[in-house]
Amino acid sequence: MTPFAEYAISALLIIGGAFTLIGALGLARLPDFFTRLHGPTKATTLGVGAVMLSSVLYFSITDQGIGISEILITVFLFMTAPVSANMMAKAAMHLGLKTMDNTRGKPWQQ
Amino acid sequence: MITIALYITIALVTLAALLNLYRLIIGPDAPDRVLALDTLYVNAIALIILLGLVLDSRMYLQAALLIAVMGFVSTVATAKYLKRGSVIE
Repeated sequence: MTPFAEYAISALLIIGGAFTLIGALGLARLPDFFTRLHGPTKATTLGVGAVMLSSVLYFSITDQGIGISEILITVFLFMTAPVSANMMAKAAMHLGLKTMDNTRGKPWQQ
Repeated sequence: MITIALYITIALVTLAALLNLYRLIIGPDAPDRVLALDTLYVNAIALIILLGLVLDSRMYLQAALLIAVMGFVSTVATAKYLKRGSVIE
């Protein structure tokens, strides 16, 4: 394996792990549900996408074939994350969860 | 080089899973817990991919695909239940 491929795979792995951790930090630390929804649905999805890309690179560089499964998982995750986030936001609006004090506008109470 | 990066990444993703578990336990409302479970599914997929890289095997990708599909279906079903009171109407 060439050094450039090693650097690329290592950098993608570290970037993926860091984005996953940032998403989880947002989930654990932010003040209310509607802000908490932002962390996992964007940062974690991107992090898992980077890890998946490094897996594709590794297995195709070591001559084990290009994986259809990884690409399928990545596309599926990137398609389903906004849908499930939208469903959860609708459920939270229906339940009328508490928001932060400086949230402007409450469209579900009109 | 790849080995060191792999172990650092496994440590980061495990820490992320522990933070999700913290939110799953203390989460004040039901949607928080659903969100934490959804994120745990995604982190489990990442951990399975990393396990496949450590063992240099592609056998585990099918399990990751299955977890992705089942996680999405269960999240949507639980959100529908919270919103409407029934999953299929």
